[in-house]
Amino acid sequence: MATTKKPAAKKAPARKPAAAKKPAPKKAPAAPSAWETVQIARHPNRPLLLDYLAAWDPEACELHGDRLVADDPAMFAGLATIGGERVVLVGHRKGRTTEEKIAYRFGMANPDGYRKAMRVMRLAEKFGLPIVALVDTAGAFPGLDAEARGQAEAIAKNLAEMSTLRAPIVVVVTGEGGSGGALGIAVGDRILMLEHAIYSVISPEGCASILWRDGKMAPQAAEALKLTSGWLKRLGLVDTIIPEPKGGAQNDPAQTAETVKQAILDAIAELRKIPLDELVAQRYAKFAAMGRFAD
Amino acid sequence: MAWFSKAPEAPLRVPTEALWNVCKKCGAYTPKAEYAANLKVCPRCGAHGRLTARERIALLADEGTFEEIAAEVIAHDPLGFRDAKDAYAEKVAATRAKTGIGESIVVGAALLDGIPVVLGAMDFRFMGGSLGSGTGERILQAAEAARRLRRPLILCTASGGARMQEGLVSLMQMAKTCAAIQRLRDEGLLYVSVMTDPTTGGVSASFAMVGDLNVAEPKTLIGFAGRRVIETTIKQKLPPEFQTSEYLLEHGFLDKIVARKDLKAFLAKTLRFLTAAK
Repeated sequence: MATTKKPAAKKAPARKPAAAKKPAPKKAPAAPSAWETVQIARHPNRPLLLDYLAAWDPEACELHGDRLVADDPAMFAGLATIGGERVVLVGHRKGRTTEEKIAYRFGMANPDGYRKAMRVMRLAEKFGLPIVALVDTAGAFPGLDAEARGQAEAIAKNLAEMSTLRAPIVVVVTGEGGSGGALGIAVGDRILMLEHAIYSVISPEGCASILWRDGKMAPQAAEALKLTSGWLKRLGLVDTIIPEPKGGAQNDPAQTAETVKQAILDAIAELRKIPLDELVAQRYAKFAAMGRFAD
Repeated sequence: MAWFSKAPEAPLRVPTEALWNVCKKCGAYTPKAEYAANLKVCPRCGAHGRLTARERIALLADEGTFEEIAAEVIAHDPLGFRDAKDAYAEKVAATRAKTGIGESIVVGAALLDGIPVVLGAMDFRFMGGSLGSGTGERILQAAEAARRLRRPLILCTASGGARMQEGLVSLMQMAKTCAAIQRLRDEGLLYVSVMTDPTTGGVSASFAMVGDLNVAEPKTLIGFAGRRVIETTIKQKLPPEFQTSEYLLEHGFLDKIVARKDLKAFLAKTLRFLTAAK
């Protein structure tokens, strides 16, 4: 399978604080521009969690509810078998049809979603299963109820608890990795990212409207944010780039599902060899090294 | 020279802001000296003004006991970021010079009413208190120092959230800081989060919300998503008390609201109570 090699080092590359001059990269990591990549990542026909699940395990068993107040349909949690491997699977659920999109809140989860994901991930820890987290969201849902029920607390708690969870965690950014809403299920041992997925601290539109004072400058902001897989791998924030069919995953969803499956299985096989104590220690070291720069 | 062609003389006045503090909440004028003596709290409406990191540390640490940790960790520019007007590297260098601090948080070991602690305070003047890679690294080092020294950790937040000029590196600081704090808590050590105005976005959704105790100053803005974003998304007006510390207390996310003048005494009392046996 054409997955890229496993990461050589966990450490972020040492970088000097960039000079004030234009940081023009010597060679761009991939053919499409950052803004074109954003369009591919949001393409209406891009494979969604539901497509991956249908391809890998149509019999997957969804588990509902956060045991507190609600069941958030924008977050999937359940038990699935991927290529013979039993896993706990969590992920953002976007819809394909308009009805689905509305029902799943366009894949933007409420606190109940993050709490459900955490609850179900605990099952993996208890029963010695690996966790696969599929990330595809514009962000956590900005709503009145979401704030009232503690969106910030729910995400924060996931970040803290996932950091010490005693189970292998494979994160795959499949489409949009939108800010805290993405990170809320994305603290893992291996961070995989599809070639044309994006992962960013803020949407290009949001960044443009704040720093350029003009949402129409989103293409420039997308470029500046370095939100593509190539850049993020160079920055040491992503371990593996999963190649996509020519032009993007939407051109061959079946092939994409197969490639992603294989990449997940490779990552799980690798992580299984590491004793749990060591795994958790390595996870801590991995995140501790992010944004640590040698002068 | 004809009177009408004469340049008007400069008005004989000292700008109001030089002598008076104008409360942003109620508009009350308070003489600067009186305002400072009142810990930057408006005497009329009780609005808590923003403290700098050094002022916050002076408020909480016993005099002369604060020893800064990780002062050499400063803001970096991993993306070579540049927006319409500025290069981030230049902006951050200017901010460093203006504020005299290297990042949006200052951390160190100190005594608080005689109790050994590790203390951190964010500074909103530094890029809106945003969470950059240097901020995250300083917090991690503070948490690791607290673990090594077996001391409670107290972090005072004042931040608009993640620092977008550092892109995804900034987002990862949320995970990094939470991981460091989780380790500390797993070892039976106390972490107190003190939220001050404002505590929003990626900071509210990370180390600010995972305290063994979460406390906040009165009328503090605390929330994840911005008010305007929410109003545009759900197409309705939000109540005025939305995302205040009082609102969070009512919804179960704060242990207590503590006024600034009582903060040190509250922390001392609680730290003694919880850690007396150790």
